[in-house]
Amino acid sequence: MYIPYDILIIIAFLMLGYGFGQLAEKKHYRSIRQRETMLKDILIFGAKSPPADWPIVTSELVHGNVVVSVDYFKRFLFSLRNIFGGRVEAYESLIDRGRREAVLRMKQHALRLNSDAIFNIKFETSAVSRGFSSSLGSVEVFAYGTAIKTS
Amino acid sequence: MLITNIESVPGKTIVKHLGLVQGSTVRAKHVGKDILAGLKNIVGGELKAYTELLHDAREQATQRMIDQAQGMGANAITNVRFATSSITAGAAELFVYGTAVVVEEDQD
Repeated sequence: MYIPYDILIIIAFLMLGYGFGQLAEKKHYRSIRQRETMLKDILIFGAKSPPADWPIVTSELVHGNVVVSVDYFKRFLFSLRNIFGGRVEAYESLIDRGRREAVLRMKQHALRLNSDAIFNIKFETSAVSRGFSSSLGSVEVFAYGTAIKTS
Repeated sequence: MLITNIESVPGKTIVKHLGLVQGSTVRAKHVGKDILAGLKNIVGGELKAYTELLHDAREQATQRMIDQAQGMGANAITNVRFATSSITAGAAELFVYGTAVVVEEDQD
């Protein structure tokens, strides 16, 4: 009797990806929310420089980066979505996780320097590796800004 | 060395501009780590080895920029920007650049 091993392997990967992927994502979001509440006192601004009347003590560059990878199941969803086009929710959550994580790491860096606020925040997103059929493999999100300590 | 990504160093005055300074590094991935990352690609999540690799590479590029600025006699670098580009599959270039300046404490 012929057993289609290759198809079985793909199905196993899909199930593994779905199971562990969902679990990891839920866990990551819980940790992100928890740390966001913890670090909410460090304010982030997109503005170029702080108001002129702020009593500034020190300023220093802070940054945070993270490489996140999409799971096998989501990549499969994307390959289906790619046929008809439209919103790719599976990847939206990936990039969202990456950005929020990078911001949190930047804030943690600022916290180590006892800073109060971060100005001129810039984001950079780059694809680190490609998955099968040139779909997205993993992305790096890098966030940086100038941390400012007021008296 | 004071580094900011805004046009000034808050609380200090720029007395001299010394021009552009830059630092870059090209890094490739370790094969063993690449295989592990490939496995991690099935279940998704953070690829810690890559996060660290890129972080270390950026630190090195920044250090090279700082060395260049110190050679020019600067004590601060303003308007710093980072750029990442993948040169070939498996290697990435991390580039950082800024303006080397001399700053002094505010006179007030």
